[in-house]
Order: sequence, then structure tokens, then C-alpha cells
Amino acid sequence: MTIKGMAYIAGAFEHPTRKAPDKSVAALHAECAKGALEDAGLTFADVDGYFCAGDAPGGVLSMVDYLGLNVRHVDGTDTGGSSYIAHVSHAAQAIAAGKCNVALITMAGRPRSEGRSGVKQKLVGANVPDTPFELPFGPTAVNEYAMATMRHMYEYGTTSEQLAWVKVAASHHAQYNQNAMLRDLVTVEDVVSSTMIADPLHKLDCCVVSDGGGALVIVRPEIAKSLNRPQVRVMGAGEAPKGLLGGKTDLTYSGAIWSGPRAFEEAGVTPQDIKYASIYDSFTITVLMQLEDLGFCKKGEGGKFVADGNLISGIGKLPINTDGGGLNNNHPASRGGIVKVIEAVRQLRGEAHQKVQVENCDIALAHGTGGGLASRHGSSTLIMERV
Amino acid sequence: MGPTFQERTMTIPEIHPEHKEYWEAASEGKLLVKQCDSCGEYHYYPRVLCPHCMSDKTSWVEAKGTGSIYTYSLMRRGVPYAIAFVELDEGPRMMTNIVDCDLDTLHISQRVRVVFKQSGDQENPGPFIPCFAPVEG
Repeated sequence: MTIKGMAYIAGAFEHPTRKAPDKSVAALHAECAKGALEDAGLTFADVDGYFCAGDAPGGVLSMVDYLGLNVRHVDGTDTGGSSYIAHVSHAAQAIAAGKCNVALITMAGRPRSEGRSGVKQKLVGANVPDTPFELPFGPTAVNEYAMATMRHMYEYGTTSEQLAWVKVAASHHAQYNQNAMLRDLVTVEDVVSSTMIADPLHKLDCCVVSDGGGALVIVRPEIAKSLNRPQVRVMGAGEAPKGLLGGKTDLTYSGAIWSGPRAFEEAGVTPQDIKYASIYDSFTITVLMQLEDLGFCKKGEGGKFVADGNLISGIGKLPINTDGGGLNNNHPASRGGIVKVIEAVRQLRGEAHQKVQVENCDIALAHGTGGGLASRHGSSTLIMERV
Repeated sequence: MGPTFQERTMTIPEIHPEHKEYWEAASEGKLLVKQCDSCGEYHYYPRVLCPHCMSDKTSWVEAKGTGSIYTYSLMRRGVPYAIAFVELDEGPRMMTNIVDCDLDTLHISQRVRVVFKQSGDQENPGPFIPCFAPVEG
């Protein structure tokens, strides 16, 4: 079975808020759900499949109850920030298998209002097998990604200046996004002279901490064709968790080396066919490493690939994250995967800001790395086309 | 002048039943790793099934306690500390902290030796944790 052509992304909504001290997380989920259903031209009564991850308070049971859904298929897969990209694939699979017709995916959170950030130690539950051998050492989001960066620099000669270009591209795009949390243009010099947080990652190598959320509606092809919206079809997807490999640890690559080829094979396209890519940007290194692992350039050449504006729409060869990405626009609930799909949908529909809209954007990719790059992360790749 | 090592309160690890020997050895200054009786591979962190061949025949082995820094990062927010992965001379790479040194002198491939630091604090002391310190010369 393949999901190619079996499902369409009919609705996409990114919550405009970046700070929501007066709203509950559940309320943000509900507002996102409403926004995505309205975008599709559907209603809550049409939803018969529901998908959410660890940010959803109370999980699928509380959320289905809270949203008043009457569903026959649920999925609470949690692979961190990459969850929602996997959910699109899972929804397409469920639709192809006849388990549902209209799948709703929601995510939302308030790390900014709640004072959480990537320099604080992670919260984990009891009985997790790896934590006794990691938590005493103070792993955080930023120092984990920093360790992967340090090794990448050692093996391939990647520089802080090259990494800074990822942020420069994000700021270039974000200046056109009214909702972006950070809209000022920055230079390579601004990035490398910003405060060092965890060597070798500077403050401007890190994504924003924002409140907000997003939602997607995935539907059966017949339903998509009956709606009055541009049609975005799912072409292929791949997933791959990666961990520390029992001590044969290698921090120079991500699970994208596995999820990427699976997605490209199913879609029947290659990296050269991708006109626009949403590439998870929790940190600048995340982008650089994923581009290598997905095959947009050779391993070790990510530094050269991202430099000199190559990721800027209208200037470079591969425009990415034209909303400003997690680095400048939004990283709601510290999980950016859903925003990655939403901006890819905007590009495929021709609804991105005109200053960043990619010409003839017929095939796009969204990729997420959720979790820790120097511990365990989920990798999800999704390829979509405009019909 | 860069940050020098400062003592920091380390989170007390949860003790799982199959790691009792590991923590007891740590309290005596010994670092245990698991070696598979079937495939011969070492692994870390320790499991009841070898993650390389899934055999249930594994044994505790005392590591030499020496290795080299595979990668590290110096956290500069709050009390500075160096998180790292050290490649043990037996092969496995393990998450750890680099301690008892000028943290600005660290580099990848630097030789290090295990040193145990107690987790928790005076009021609530926890198990000893394997950290590493640079080896002179």
C-alpha cells in the first residue's frame, strides 16, 4: 500500500498569537482546529479522525471530549516536534485504509508564557530507561544540539559563519511575516557576535520560544475535489527514530538519512525536484544537518550549501522556511513540525507572502527533527504536490 | 580567563532494578559496562538484552575508565558546566560531564579519565555519577 495520492491537505491554519498568557493550551488547540476547518470549508461535524501529540493536554481522550468530536480513528503518536509531519502520513494511511475521511491534526502550547526554554533541563517521566544515564549531566535542548554541532565542525570543518547564514535567511523571510516573533534583518556578524549560550551555539543560532499552535485537515481525494480550495496532494512520507545506538553513537547525522529516502522513493521524486522545503530549524545546525541527510547536498558540505543566501527565496537555489521558520517566526510548544507543513501548503497554494512566494511551486517537502539531536529524536519527511 | 569547573548539583538518577550493580560499583569508584557473551560487543547504557544482537546473555565488565572526548559543549547559562560524550577505550560512547579543569581548554579527542561525583546535595545525597577529567600530558 502507498499513501501517494490517497489524501489531500485541505485545511491549514497557524495561530497568529506568539504570546497567550490569557488562554489555556486546550483553548489554543480549539482555536487552531476551528481555523483549519474553516480554511478547508469543513466543520467539526465532518471530522472523523483526530491526531495529536504530547503537547495536547490530556492526550487524545481529553482533546476529543473537549473539542466535541465524534471520531472513529485516533492517533497520539509523539515524536516531539516532528510528530505532526508524521501525523499527516498517518492520517493519509488511515484514509487509504478506510478508517476515516476527514482527519484533524492539532498542536498548541505556551512555553513563552510558562517560562520554559531550551536552556532548562528537560522534564521526563518515571521509568524512562535512558534517563539515569543522562539527566545527571544536565542535557538541555541547546547543549545537545551544540554537541552535534561541535562534532560536525570537527569532522567537516563547518564554521559558525556558515551556520549563521541559516539565521540570516530566516530573518530575510520573517521581515515579510506580520505575525513573526522576530522581524529584524540580521547579518552573519550579528549571529556570531551574539551571546554564546552553549558552545558553539550562539543565541541567534537558537529558535524563538513562542506560544501558539496550528492545525491541519487531511481528507479523502473526493472530498478535496469538492472543496473550493487549491488542491495539495500527499505524495510520500518517511519516518525514522534515531538514538544513541547502544553506545555506537554517531552525532554527525540525523534520522533524515533514513526517513528522506523512504519519502522520496514513495513520492517518485528526487531532491532536485523540490521547489520549496520546510526544514526544521530548532537550531541552525538542525537545518544544515537535515539538508545533508535528505540529499540536498553531500554529507559534510552543508556549510557551503547554506552559505551566501542559498536558502533565501528569490536569491538561492533552495528556498526554505519562507515564513521565517522556528528561528524567527514561531516554534509553538517548542514543537515546530506543524508550522513546517503549513508554510509548505501556503507555498503550494501560491498563498505565501508575495515577496517570498516561490515561482511555479509544484512540489514541496516538509521535514522535522523532534527531540534531541544528541540523544533520541524522531525524523519525519513529507513530500506534497500541487494538483 | 574562561570558566573553571564549579561543583554543581547533579540530578539524582532513578535506580532501575537491573542497574543495582552498576550504582554499587560507582560508589566504589568503578565504572561498569555491559559486554555481550554472545557477540562480544560492549554496550552503553546497560541493558538486559544486548542492543547489538539482542542476546539475553550479557555480563558486567569493569571499564578501564579511560577514553577520549568525542564531543562536548560548555553551557554558559547559570553555573557553567561541560556536557560531553566520551568514547571509552573499550569502544562505547557515553554521555557525561567533564570536570575538575579549566573548561575553556577542552577539545575533541582530548584524553580523559573517569572521576565520580555524588549526585544530589548534602541534605539529599544520591548515587555517585561517572564524570571525566582531562589526563595530564
